Amino acid sequence: MLWLFFFLVTAIHAELCQPDAENAFKVRLSIRTALGDKAYAWDTNEEYLFRAMVAFSMRKVPNRETTEISHVLLCNVTQRVSFWFVVTDPSKNHTIPAVEVQSAIRMNRDRINNAFFLNDQTLEFLKIPSTLAPPTDPSVPVWIIIFGVIFCIVVVAIALLILSGIQQRRRKNEGPSEVGDAEDKCENTITIENGIRCDPLDTKGGCVNDAFMTEEERLTPL
Amino acid sequence: MEKARPLWSNPLQFVFACISYAVGLGNVWRFPYLCQMYGGGSFLVPYVIMLLVEGMPLLYLELAVGQRMRQGSIGAWRTISPYLSGVGVASVVVSFFLSMYYNVINAWSFWYLFHSFQDPLPWSVCPLNANRTGYDEECEKASSTQYFWYRKTLNISPSIQESGGVQWEPALCLLLAWLLVYLCILRGTESTGKVVYFTASLPYCVLIIYLVRGLTLHGATNGLKYMFTPKIEQLANPRTWINAATQIFFSLGLGFGSLIAFASYNEPSNNCQKHAIIVSLINSSTSIFASIVTFSIYGFKATFNYESCLQKVILLLINSFDLEDGSVTADNLEQVKSYLASTYPSEYSAIAPQIHNCSLESELNTAVQGTGLAFIVYTEAIKNMEVSQLWSVLYFFMLLMLGVGSMLGNTAAILTPLTDSKFISSLLPREAISGLVCLINCAIGMVFTLESGNYWFDIFNDYGATLSLLLIVLVEAISVCYVYGLRRFERELQAMTGRALSWYWKILWAVVSPLLMVGLFIFYLSDYILAGTLQYQAWDASQGQLVTRDYPPYALAVIGLLVAASTMCVPLVALGTFVLRRLKRGDTAPVS
Repeated sequence: MLWLFFFLVTAIHAELCQPDAENAFKVRLSIRTALGDKAYAWDTNEEYLFRAMVAFSMRKVPNRETTEISHVLLCNVTQRVSFWFVVTDPSKNHTIPAVEVQSAIRMNRDRINNAFFLNDQTLEFLKIPSTLAPPTDPSVPVWIIIFGVIFCIVVVAIALLILSGIQQRRRKNEGPSEVGDAEDKCENTITIENGIRCDPLDTKGGCVNDAFMTEEERLTPL
Repeated sequence: MEKARPLWSNPLQFVFACISYAVGLGNVWRFPYLCQMYGGGSFLVPYVIMLLVEGMPLLYLELAVGQRMRQGSIGAWRTISPYLSGVGVASVVVSFFLSMYYNVINAWSFWYLFHSFQDPLPWSVCPLNANRTGYDEECEKASSTQYFWYRKTLNISPSIQESGGVQWEPALCLLLAWLLVYLCILRGTESTGKVVYFTASLPYCVLIIYLVRGLTLHGATNGLKYMFTPKIEQLANPRTWINAATQIFFSLGLGFGSLIAFASYNEPSNNCQKHAIIVSLINSSTSIFASIVTFSIYGFKATFNYESCLQKVILLLINSFDLEDGSVTADNLEQVKSYLASTYPSEYSAIAPQIHNCSLESELNTAVQGTGLAFIVYTEAIKNMEVSQLWSVLYFFMLLMLGVGSMLGNTAAILTPLTDSKFISSLLPREAISGLVCLINCAIGMVFTLESGNYWFDIFNDYGATLSLLLIVLVEAISVCYVYGLRRFERELQAMTGRALSWYWKILWAVVSPLLMVGLFIFYLSDYILAGTLQYQAWDASQGQLVTRDYPPYALAVIGLLVAASTMCVPLVALGTFVLRRLKRGDTAPVS
């Protein structure tokens, strides 16, 4: 009698959990891709952990706090490491609707991933789309900050150059007949000294001091 | 009180200014493309020949004219012959068109530079769609780098007819780019001379860093092997030679008047022959150097994409047949595929359409040039490097330096004739003239920040300068040799610099280069005429790729205007001068 009952229970379980059964989900793991050399082997203990995580996720749903690990059924485990699972209700006759399972998994996806050292791409629940993390948007976009800094620097530099240019011109206009300071005038490339051009110091041998020259024809080359 | 002409503080500033102007974005994004399309290593043969026969002589000619005449382009050509000042005017007009659209590239470089300070780089990930279950559709169809360029940077419209509004982000960057250029040209040669130390040397620093990084990337040798394998049969293709000549010509920036402007600030005794040779050699070697860097980056990107493609196929196979994860690798992929095809034929044929044939050659074959190379291909490679923010900042900083260096030359070409003109310089100080030119250019440049701005940019880029420059330089060479007189010019050069002009230059100036120019001019003219209707590449957001469309009539009219505005200056001004002189005929002496 006991054997018959046991046989019946496994038969019902087998019916509940089948590929493409109602409310069943396929899971696919890519452990070697994720962990490389540190990959662990997928055995019944790992399956137990998975069932525990699914049960844990279901217990977070209101009205389903009594879900046990035994209510989670796995089947069709392949070498790929993929399998199907269903969650049954306490009577073990029906499966919990897919919508509830889906929302429960989605809410706890992070913790399930972490339990296996995997992420959304390497632990896939087919038919349960993962919520992608939005990129963190700072309140002020970074580029505007840098733009503002460089903009201010350039504007300040332009203003300084313009102002110093105006000052120089004003100084030049105020003293056109004075014998100007030779050094000062010679730094400015646009520079005259009493009608005689003054080249920069480093290309020619200095500036002509007009005090020693009276007539242009008598100018001797330096 | 006469104002002395400003001079470069030392000859090195002049050389650096010429290098900074000539070495521009074209060296980075046009030469590698040409090298790839026209025979790889064997493209260097026509390139070097054209450099010796066309590039160096014409560069020397322009520098000599500028140094001898000591004026900007308009004044210089007016001195040669009053009827030829139209050549100078045409140069200024072409430079004006160029500066209008060229600074937009600097604006884009700024945009990408500012966005490089984020983790992760914004062009490395697609944004999410509305309900956060997947990525944005346009981004999925194209790639994240293309999406960032076409959608986030340009916000491009599907065709040139739909202009959309001015995008405030690129507009701000354009404003900043013009302010930066204004800052550099504000004080004339005094400020430009110092800035060119940086704009000429910093790109080389970055290129060297990138060379070291590029050569150590995984898969770089694939790209280099692909590029340098010579395809000798391309030498028989006339387009190879024409493209080599065109590349040398445009790369040196002849005909814009910038070189004349720079040389006019020289000491009369400056040895411009040596400088011409130095500048042209440095320009060409920079092109080759940049293409080595570009091809190692290409190789890296192609290898990365090839390996991603293989991974996708492997994933598809192990998911469909529930094979063990890690059992299928790139090495045994082919065997596994044939095994599966024979063992499970029905399932295999079901997924067969999704199995791409990954090929490294087809990845390497994607030859790109222009803004596509700089802002899409390079960013795609950069996002896969480690510490990608650093590489991104370095790269866009280099692009910025190259672009600003060329802009300095362009604005010098416009400003020098303006400040030489006594009428204008008596009205306004040079700071105001520079400011006005920058303001006008910036205002017009806002057209390129519209949603359809990139299409207008392409119009200006392809048609604004090409035909006009060929004509200008042709007229320049002919006028110096035959109107002014080659012997007279030679005598004056010798008196000025103290060096005799060798027969090599004389033959090239008088015969070879003009013939080459005529040949190129005829070729381009016939190309445009035979092409019939002109077409452009438009971005189709629904497909996530470029499609070809025809230009509408008003765009064709703009193209015609662009070409006519500059080329017609030469005959129109000559005609105008002739008419004016006839009117003044009275008691004036006849024209020499």
